[in-house]
Amino acid sequence: MNPHGAEIWQGWLRPDGRKGIRNLVLVIYTVECAQFVAHAIAQGEEDVHVIGFPGCYDNAYAIRLMLALARHPNVGAVLSVGLGCEYTQPGRIAEVARASGRPAESFFIQEAGGTSSSIAKGKEIVCSLRERIRAEAVRVPMTLADLTIGCECGGSDGTSGLAGNPVVGRLFDRLVDAGGTAIFEEIVEMIGLKPLLLERAASADARVVLASAYDKAEAYCHAVRQFSASPGNFAGGLTTIEEKSMGAFCKSGTQPIQGVIKVAQQPPHPGLWLMDSVPDAHFMQFGYTNPNDSEGIMDLISGGAQIVLFVTGRGSVIGSPVAPLIKITGNAQTYQRMSEDMDFDASPVLTGGESLDAAANRLLDLVYSVASGQLSKPEAIGHREYFLMYKHQNAPGLKEGCRA
Amino acid sequence: MLLEDAQPGPVSLLGSPAASTISGNQAIQLGHKIAVRPHETGEAVIKYGVRIGHATAPIAAGDWIHLHNCASDLDERSNTLEVTTGAPTDTVYE
Repeated sequence: MNPHGAEIWQGWLRPDGRKGIRNLVLVIYTVECAQFVAHAIAQGEEDVHVIGFPGCYDNAYAIRLMLALARHPNVGAVLSVGLGCEYTQPGRIAEVARASGRPAESFFIQEAGGTSSSIAKGKEIVCSLRERIRAEAVRVPMTLADLTIGCECGGSDGTSGLAGNPVVGRLFDRLVDAGGTAIFEEIVEMIGLKPLLLERAASADARVVLASAYDKAEAYCHAVRQFSASPGNFAGGLTTIEEKSMGAFCKSGTQPIQGVIKVAQQPPHPGLWLMDSVPDAHFMQFGYTNPNDSEGIMDLISGGAQIVLFVTGRGSVIGSPVAPLIKITGNAQTYQRMSEDMDFDASPVLTGGESLDAAANRLLDLVYSVASGQLSKPEAIGHREYFLMYKHQNAPGLKEGCRA
Repeated sequence: MLLEDAQPGPVSLLGSPAASTISGNQAIQLGHKIAVRPHETGEAVIKYGVRIGHATAPIAAGDWIHLHNCASDLDERSNTLEVTTGAPTDTVYE
């Protein structure tokens, strides 16, 4: 079953008490101009991942997301690299990472001398950070109760809602029963299902926040004249957003929904949570929700997900930095065509060859293996797709309508 | 929903309380929908037991149900997409 043997595995205990399944050094660029150097620093270093923000003008949402990733349980240390002109300050990012107990450094390229000297300097820093987190690593036993798992679907087709997503839903049910935390997002893919969503509320308070998140998402889709369905979804047999929504919503399983978290916010307690990634009203009206799959996956990781399950009926070739992505398809043709990229074939559920429970057990074994250190397919191939854009979401402490 | 690509002719229905086969009127691809009963224009189209939209043209039993004869109650753009590829037809490239 699980080649690594157990439902208990060894993770990394961070000084802030969180538990990770990887021990990574994270390089963060603070403007597009520093992106080349950041990627060159990470080139050839398998435990060094890259995230960042392309804009020169800063954005509170983007900063919250980067800080959430800098303090992610899978991240042991941080190097933040800026050009030197931009608003976002690499030194401030390093300070926050250090305050969480993680070793962190930062520098400006303009002060280090240029491309090659910055790459050399960055590689040297990464080496010393890696040595520190390996030497100081505290290993700790982990179980499902220590896991936060996110789920995203993308490249959905008619099979996603009948095989891939229901298998994840069943796994989420088990995860929550075991005391773990499950996060699903894409409220724009619950359009048309408001009564079903509200029925799942764990409390009267949860019902209120779910209703308000739903109403915001529906108003948003009308306002931007774009519902969350792609040409590939239609080619794959989905005809309406309501149909896609029913399929997408299956991935939440059947547990009560505890409430709504925003991007970069950790669930306040275990259980099943809905993440709201839809922009809030702002004088600039910027931001787009779920502009692509990578954005949604990074949002889930910012909520603390150590693993993300990605259901893709039509097939996809993306991965993610910070947390391993496990790719699931319910389409037998896709699995055969793209088995080099697909981690899990849920199609036997459709043909009656396997029960939902049996498929969920098989997926759970894969989750145990990946949590124990086995690389998921996108992780092994080196996929580290990452996407972050300007967006506004209200947050405590932010004055409404402020620049951020 | 079709579990495999189907040519016109008999299609087995799994898990349906009605007939165990239906005669497909067109070739229909895996993942796409086949009507198990006739629909009049404007009538609700039901999948998963919920209304996923409405018929925009008369639909016979055995017809392929997609963008050409079914529309969302909410989303106004989707029915401008090309029916087999889903490619947009309303975006200007010039």
